[in-house]
Amino acid sequence: MTPSEDPALVRVLAADGSLAHTAAAEPYLPIIEALSDADLERFYRDMAVIRAFDQQATNLQRQGQLALWPPSFGQEAAQVGSARAARPQDHLFPSYREHVVARIRGVDMLDIIRVMRGLTHGGWNPFDPKNGNTHLYTLVLGAQTLHATGLAMSMAFDGRCGTGDPERDEAVIVYYGDGASSQGDVHEAMVFAASYRTPEVFFLQNNQWAISVPVSTQSRTPLYRRGEGIGIPSIQVDGNDVLASYAVSRVALDEARAGEGPRAIEAMTYRMGAHTTSDDPTKYRTAEEEQSWALRDPIERMRLFLRGRGASDAFFADVEAEGRALADDVRVRTVALETLQTAQIFDNVYASPHPLVDEERAWLARYEASFEEGAS
Amino acid sequence: MTDAAAPAPITLPISRALNAGMRRAMEESDRVLLMGEDIGRLGGVFRVTEGLQADFGERRVIDTPLAESAIVGTAIGLAMGGFRPVCEIQFDGFVFPAFDQITAQLAKLTYRHEGALQLPVVIRIPYGGHIGAVEHHQESPETYFTHTPGLRVVSPSTANDAYWMMQQAIASPDPVIFLEPKSRYWVKGEVDVAAPALPLHASRIVRRGTDVTLVAHGAMVATALQAAALAESEGTSVEVIDLRSLSPVDYGPILDSVRRTGRMVYAQEAPGFVSLGSEISATVMERAFYSLEAPVLRVSGFNTPFPPAKLEGVYLPDADRILEAVDRALAY
Repeated sequence: MTPSEDPALVRVLAADGSLAHTAAAEPYLPIIEALSDADLERFYRDMAVIRAFDQQATNLQRQGQLALWPPSFGQEAAQVGSARAARPQDHLFPSYREHVVARIRGVDMLDIIRVMRGLTHGGWNPFDPKNGNTHLYTLVLGAQTLHATGLAMSMAFDGRCGTGDPERDEAVIVYYGDGASSQGDVHEAMVFAASYRTPEVFFLQNNQWAISVPVSTQSRTPLYRRGEGIGIPSIQVDGNDVLASYAVSRVALDEARAGEGPRAIEAMTYRMGAHTTSDDPTKYRTAEEEQSWALRDPIERMRLFLRGRGASDAFFADVEAEGRALADDVRVRTVALETLQTAQIFDNVYASPHPLVDEERAWLARYEASFEEGAS
Repeated sequence: MTDAAAPAPITLPISRALNAGMRRAMEESDRVLLMGEDIGRLGGVFRVTEGLQADFGERRVIDTPLAESAIVGTAIGLAMGGFRPVCEIQFDGFVFPAFDQITAQLAKLTYRHEGALQLPVVIRIPYGGHIGAVEHHQESPETYFTHTPGLRVVSPSTANDAYWMMQQAIASPDPVIFLEPKSRYWVKGEVDVAAPALPLHASRIVRRGTDVTLVAHGAMVATALQAAALAESEGTSVEVIDLRSLSPVDYGPILDSVRRTGRMVYAQEAPGFVSLGSEISATVMERAFYSLEAPVLRVSGFNTPFPPAKLEGVYLPDADRILEAVDRALAY
């Protein structure tokens, strides 16, 4: 299967790392040309380091240290480009494989590991400034698009966008996939976003497969056109091109923050690995297809581009070392993770006291204590 | 002597008491906003929000697109942004498109955030039968929500409770499913605007009696009182308890009553299988077993879909069906 590319697709970086922009990319070129060498190297570093982490997490699952792992392998450019386009005051709502988005915003990767190890349903506090307004992973497909829209409504109602001060104006970016795009919640979120002109970007990573169901079954039209039907200006970008992903996200977020209403982006990418570690993609897709996408790998593309610009061996060696260090650190800290106290099961079910929860907490304490007494 | 400064009680139908409760909460905090289908200019299909948009504006009383999941889902986001949304679901049978957002999202997000996030969202649902409506307009979905940890579920049966419980629900840091017995919207009662009589989660004895404890919630409280009056004429003294809070249940007054009467009947419109009546009867049997002279009996809607309206009189328990159960309890 090949992706359904629209003539309106924005791409600036060809698979061989050369700059070869599509016609639709023309308006975005000034943004890309303004990027410094440090910015470009930052993008590459983000992508390469998270891939090392992602591989380590997959290994940890294989070794029984995690219950499940949803790999981000192959989708790094879409995620890095969009997350780097966000400003510190923006809120980000991931679905469940936006590992590098979380990392860029400051979330400790171990907090994601904790979720997959069965130690928490959340693991980080989105409202703690160190986590960069990154909200929790959501496993029910598309549910978070409504939460993102509601938060964006609150920004619009409170006048926290469209003031003309880009340092202060806020926006929301919400991530979901081609599978989630079939969910009613996504459409309802878009309707509400359009109705209330929310400062919000819907960022769809079309990775071509909703577990085993291809996007061709999900949609007869390029998915970005659905946004247009609802009245949301929408665009399709090569999600394996970090520069294009950055530029379109930057423009969409700027427009949203400026009070121009919601925007939608469909990033054409590919899930190179399994849906999760429980999945077996060899049952539903061909080696030829995987190979064709491997040739469009987002990291290799950027590596060739940077090489062409004269990036040093030392830079690439340093990135590789950083990836290895993160992976090693995560492995060490994962196996050392604490276990939970049984009473934690009752914590935070409600924000205020609840007699049934209190009763059961007390019962469990007595029950556990009875074994201790018996042993003494 | 009464306090001359205290405002005098006023008489209102339940729908207006709910309206007055929301109005007062909105006056006290500009973070309270209402959202739902047709609640603005129309004032809701039952006119419960009538006049509020005119007084508070379109940003405080929001006529939303017709999408129940989005009403609840965006209310979650609005609560994350510091608002206290009060959502109206137009009819009980329309709540199911929002089921994931209520039970899997709203109910769990404080837990998932490990306490870092509170979700003060109220979801108002006009519920129950007795209005002769068409399919999906007369249902009693309370068990789905009482079964879900993280939600609080309440249902007022009087104008005073409607007024105060609405304000208490809005003030709650937890999500509250607020079930409005729609057949009672037009029933008037005295509202003491000076102070609430009870906390949000208290149950209340509404009629004293000595022979049987009869517990009910929502519209069925009125039917229970009717049954108790009829029983009295036949020489049976029935104590009636209004549950008020369906989750958590305030067992204190119920258990005290059962220990005095030795018999209990639960009356509800909802189907009986795995229902509030089942749960409360099991708990009473666990905690007051030696006080019971008879098994706890349940009177409920049948275990069928809510029938066509012309059959609702058969489906919904009336005073006679309650009295039949009271008689059975007394026969042990």
